[in-house]
Amino acid sequence: MTEPLVRAHGVRKSYGSTEVLKGVDLTVDEGQVVCLLGPSGAGKSTFLRCVNHLETIDAGRIWVAGHPVGFVLKGGKLHELPEREVATQRRDIGMVFQRFNLFPHRTAMENVTEGPIQVLGRKPAEARREALELLTRVGLGDRGGAYPRELSGGQQQRVAIARALAMKPKVMLFDEPTSALDPELVGEVLDVMVALARDGMTMIVVTHEVGFAREVADHVAFMVDGAVVESGSAREVLDNPQHQRTRQFLAKVL
Amino acid sequence: MASEDLQVVPIRHWGRWVVGALILGLLALLGIALADAQILYEDVPGFFTHEIMLGGLVNTVILAVCAQAGAIVLGVVLALLRRSPNPVARWFAWGYIWLFRGLPVLLQILLWFNLALVFKFISIPVPFTDAFVLHEPTNVIITAFVAALLGLGLNESAYMAEIVRAGLNSVDPGQIEAAKAIGMTPGKTFRRVVLPQAMRVIIPPTGNNFINMLKGTSMASVIGFLELIHAANRISSGNLEIMETLIAAALWYLIVVSVANVGQYYLERAYGKGVR
Ligand SMILES: Nc1ncnc2c1ncn2[C@@H]1O[C@H](COP(=O)(O)OP(=O)(O)OP(=O)(O)O)[C@@H](O)[C@H]1O
Ligand SMILES: [Mg+2]
Repeated sequence: MTEPLVRAHGVRKSYGSTEVLKGVDLTVDEGQVVCLLGPSGAGKSTFLRCVNHLETIDAGRIWVAGHPVGFVLKGGKLHELPEREVATQRRDIGMVFQRFNLFPHRTAMENVTEGPIQVLGRKPAEARREALELLTRVGLGDRGGAYPRELSGGQQQRVAIARALAMKPKVMLFDEPTSALDPELVGEVLDVMVALARDGMTMIVVTHEVGFAREVADHVAFMVDGAVVESGSAREVLDNPQHQRTRQFLAKVL
Repeated sequence: MASEDLQVVPIRHWGRWVVGALILGLLALLGIALADAQILYEDVPGFFTHEIMLGGLVNTVILAVCAQAGAIVLGVVLALLRRSPNPVARWFAWGYIWLFRGLPVLLQILLWFNLALVFKFISIPVPFTDAFVLHEPTNVIITAFVAALLGLGLNESAYMAEIVRAGLNSVDPGQIEAAKAIGMTPGKTFRRVVLPQAMRVIIPPTGNNFINMLKGTSMASVIGFLELIHAANRISSGNLEIMETLIAAALWYLIVVSVANVGQYYLERAYGKGVR
């Protein structure tokens, strides 16, 4: 029995007086794909952002690849890490955003090589070669010279996936990667994600694409009002939901 | 209906012709007046390339570039202080901007130039010893150049702080998150992601300010710094051709400002990559 790659335990987070996460538990084993479903405002994005410490949690613990995110264990105590060292932890955690967030002043190729060259200190020629492989893998091998504004939303999101993969992360976080896309562009991004899952990447995916969850998720967690109310295999949660809120939600999106 | 067969009669803009003719007429009158004026145009080229004038030109450009460069660096620091979570830093930056933007530049130049009246020495002691890193009479350190540099540069830094702050605020917070997500440190994030994008907003007003700075160096003539105006005055004090020397100086200002405009165009193009 190996240690799970991501283990969240009792995660709480408040903005001012409103508690957005009310004790979230989630474990993700290596190679697993976990889909997080739930209505708007449930705290899915907030939870995902806690996993790579874009948000600081108020209580509970998140471990990724054996390290408590944002902290270091020393002498039986958890010491908060300075931002520079959190940055080092984040190398293992790739993230793909709803609105792509590509660097607009850099080409697709430069977006992908930015992390390897600037963060990992890789040689530019080597980084470009690997970037080309990644761009080819997401079907954009010929668009490396294009600036983000010259690409469609679906293409931008695929570049963003390649940019995250270039860091060779242990886990990839996706926050509604297709919800800002025109319906006809959703498929091309989901195809890339399905292929990634098949290759054994560990993934946490916040999505409303129930079809995608059914196809690739090893595990589905349903979140409402800052807590996971139901979780299990895709078939259990999607085909035979126990919780009333899950049923209501699925009735709406299906 | 075969409307494409019908002839199109464009509207006639009679007003434009009238206004155009009026402007050309006024310009012609001005030309006649200037040709008739008691200006020894043939002497202007000589003053234009006069040794003192060229010295003034070099000093003007050096002063403007140094003051602007220092102001940009200080402006970035001040902008970061104003955005800092530390209230003392925010308060300090606000006070700095309030002071150095609020006082006339000429007054600031005069204050710096006369610093020796209140402080005889400028010293930086080595802590816990009797030694000094620096210990010099104030009037040795505060030359006319240094006084002008401080007066112009510190005032400008207050303006730059606001320009840089607006630029930083214009960058989408999602960009910072994307940079963090690939493991960039805060320093790298600022230099590689935030600043290059803020530059698009920062450069146009900075170019504007630099042109003002080039002209503002003329105030240093008051404390005897040999910039273009002072050079013109020095040349004309011997021959009394005041207008002719000033015209030569004016030509240099126009040339330097034009060069700055061209430089700004290329900077904007470089930082506009991927956007326009
Ligand atoms: N920076 C913030 N400051 C204050 N409140 C916030 C902030 N970010 C999120 N919230 C609140 O936290 C709650 C959860 O937000 P979150 O974005 O995590 O929901 P979500 O499940 O991702 O919803 P959606 O499906 O709409 O993306 C919401 O009520 C939101 O208003
Ligand atoms: Mg969300």
